[in-house]
Amino acid sequence: MRILEGEGVTKYFGGLSAVSDVDFYVDQGEVVGLIGPNGAGKTTLFNLISAALVPKPGIIKFKGRDITGMKPHAICRLGIARTFQTVKIFANLPVFSNVRVGSLFGASKKTSPAETGKTTAELLEFVGLSNVSNIPAKDLTLANQKRLEVARALATKPELLLLDELMAGLNQTEVTQAMDLLKQIRGEGITVIMIEHVMKAIMNVCDRIIVLHHGQKIAEGTPQEIATSKKVIEVYLGEQTNVGSQ
Amino acid sequence: MFVTTLDVLIAGLLLGGLYALIAMGLSLQYGVAKVLNVAHGEFIMLGGLTTWTLYIVFGVNPLIGIVVCGPITLIIGFIIHSTFFRHLRESIPVFGEISLLGIFIAVLPFGLNQPIVASVIIILGIVLDIVLYKTVFKRLSPSTIFNQGAFEGKSMLFSFGLVFIIQNIAFISWGPDYRSYSYMRFPVDIAGALFGANRLVTLGFALAIGLAFYIFLARTRMGKAIRAAASDATTAGLMGVNINMVLAICFGFGAAMAGVAGVLVSMCYPVNAAMGMEYTIIAIIVVALGGMGSILGSFIGGFILGIIGSIVTYFEPGLALVAYYVIFIILLLVRPKGIMGK
Amino acid sequence: MDVSGINSKKLITPGIFIVVLALLAALPFYASLYGVVLITSILMYIILTVSWTIFSGTTGYLSLATAAFFGVGIYTSAILAGQIPIVIVVILGGLVSFGVAALVGALTLRLKGVYFAMFTLGLVELIKHSLIWYEIKFTGTRGRFVIVVDNETIFWIMLGIFAVLLITTYIIRNSKYGLALQAIGEQEEAAAHSGVNVTMLKVVTFAISALFMGAAGAIMATRWTYIDPGIAFNINLSFLPVLMAIFGGMTQLFGPFLGATIIAYLEEILLTKFPYYYMLIFGVILSIVILYLPQGISGLVQKFWRRFPGGKSANT
Repeated sequence: MRILEGEGVTKYFGGLSAVSDVDFYVDQGEVVGLIGPNGAGKTTLFNLISAALVPKPGIIKFKGRDITGMKPHAICRLGIARTFQTVKIFANLPVFSNVRVGSLFGASKKTSPAETGKTTAELLEFVGLSNVSNIPAKDLTLANQKRLEVARALATKPELLLLDELMAGLNQTEVTQAMDLLKQIRGEGITVIMIEHVMKAIMNVCDRIIVLHHGQKIAEGTPQEIATSKKVIEVYLGEQTNVGSQ
Repeated sequence: MFVTTLDVLIAGLLLGGLYALIAMGLSLQYGVAKVLNVAHGEFIMLGGLTTWTLYIVFGVNPLIGIVVCGPITLIIGFIIHSTFFRHLRESIPVFGEISLLGIFIAVLPFGLNQPIVASVIIILGIVLDIVLYKTVFKRLSPSTIFNQGAFEGKSMLFSFGLVFIIQNIAFISWGPDYRSYSYMRFPVDIAGALFGANRLVTLGFALAIGLAFYIFLARTRMGKAIRAAASDATTAGLMGVNINMVLAICFGFGAAMAGVAGVLVSMCYPVNAAMGMEYTIIAIIVVALGGMGSILGSFIGGFILGIIGSIVTYFEPGLALVAYYVIFIILLLVRPKGIMGK
Repeated sequence: MDVSGINSKKLITPGIFIVVLALLAALPFYASLYGVVLITSILMYIILTVSWTIFSGTTGYLSLATAAFFGVGIYTSAILAGQIPIVIVVILGGLVSFGVAALVGALTLRLKGVYFAMFTLGLVELIKHSLIWYEIKFTGTRGRFVIVVDNETIFWIMLGIFAVLLITTYIIRNSKYGLALQAIGEQEEAAAHSGVNVTMLKVVTFAISALFMGAAGAIMATRWTYIDPGIAFNINLSFLPVLMAIFGGMTQLFGPFLGATIIAYLEEILLTKFPYYYMLIFGVILSIVILYLPQGISGLVQKFWRRFPGGKSANT
């Protein structure tokens, strides 16, 4: 089933089109990579899906239902969660509170406090943050903060997870750990779209890749197809001096 | 019909000129010194009441009042910024504040042995200032991480403290009643319509001062420094601009424009100690309308708002401020950047 | 590791408040008339400060509309009191303020921090001028007389408002909405994307805080007996709660209470010692306090400075 579809998605800022007439789809259970040079419109596309912005024109459908123009919190409750390029954790709140917010408000069904507590604990365990659950989120390392964001997003019981540059700023070890986490998330049956510049992760984990450039979709296919596509290499991959992490 | 239109128009221009002046002043203070000076209106009030005193008590021509109040408010603003707001900027105690307290105590009739107490405090303050600055604070490098958000918040709160202080000094000195005087009230004939000479003079001055100031900003070296400081004070400082001086002068100029506007206001309308806040809010609306940080925007915005105010007053006197506010809401919802905002 | 459960440490704070409430409830029996009047004033400031903190202290939106909502309560009282039992008037005063706040909030809570602050500041003048215009044009009055209510009754009602506010604050703080409000203050966008209906929550909380301000105004009006728009809408009452909250510290539950009590009491002392100049001296002291406010009395103070244009994490 196509869990997410976009038709003619466009967004203008002033006179500039950040995203221009993009058609896309994501099948349930897939891990889709979204790549492209900086400024290609990747995060804008995420913003359009998560309703931080409204496409104009364009339609976005989730599980067959038109979600264009809905508010972010409603989209979250429907089952789409995301992380942010610049980590947006609740810095002064303790780690467990960060996750609790997601659990309390983002799930589609009302949850009791006991259930919330259990979910929170499980998720912290899942991402490996159990031993720091009382620390203010701002005191975590960057890698842990990213884990926290993922845990918070997962607490909203999403069917679709948007990850915006999860690997940015992580070292080799941390990238590998993040990739493992990704695989585990996929194992839970959650569909994932990920924006990444770290090619190693994209090539290894993704079922399919969409390539954006200047707001337009210029290529789409399996990692193999994308890695060998002349157009993509010319526009983007050629810029990648290292196809692994930094 | 024509006469009425002309009357409303001139009244609008007059109001607009005043609004443009006070808005430019506030824009300077907020755009450059990053101080949201809630006490702006109080300087207007001071200008107005001082002129009244000068005219009624001392028989001094209000136009001379401009020449008096302008520099005085400039200096007061300059001092207030170089001490208190600089303190807030740099998080280093600047002990000039203690000296000021001393001056302050000297002015108030407390009944203590004031002259001595005050002098002691002033001298102590100055000495402490110099000593501490040269020894301790020179070594502590001022925090280069200037948290503008925190500064803006705290300076706004402090300016409110100033409102308290200045307003109450005014209440003590002049009482709560409205004061007005009659100067140049003779009518002048323009195209068959009659206008008070005082209003025309006010309009003329407002325009002249506004334009002069704009030219100053655009053409002179000091003006350049000010504009540099407005876009990025820290960098400008690194480029050799004496930031503290520039910011304090800007703040002072802002206060001076308010003071002069106050003089002009007193020529046409009654003034009282409580009039300040209303003008402050009008200034804020104009600055938002013109675009935060754009002096030209404030100039234009002032006239736009003035004409609107005049039209509204013609149909429904007393609703002008409401009209401004409605415009404010619409503006913030539709185009928060303002007319010329970046 | 869920600490939402009640443990003994958390019972101390409510315990203290219950004791304080009990002591206060018995006040008229052991204190002089002056004492009752004084405590009533202090309670008023506490109510304004704490209700301000419920909204602005958590979400970081600096509201300067306190005087406006307080004034609305005063005016409601002036219009209605005498025809209706005073308790109902107080409730109505609160409800009218609630309504005004909900309307204003719905319109303006999408604005950036500094615009919201300026807007709410102007609200005080706006309502004042609108009322002056209305009164002159339609009712022909300049000021209004409010029925006289004896000081003890005023005290009881103020205490009642205070008690309800206490309970409300406690409930909000410990509920999931308290957490959501904090989240909004920390990272509004992320809170929205985590399922929090930020607009609704902001507007409702803003309106709730206004409710208590209006109620306090409604009862306070009966002490002044004569009011006009200038008296009712006093801009000082927009700034003082801000100062009191910051001064007292905004992390702990009792911070705003402490700040309000100290500063309100200070004003009282000055009023008695320097009846002519007390306002001025008060202003000087407040200004000095502002100058020397520690940068982070609690991390939460940073919160709303963040919403000003140059603040660290420019929100929205």
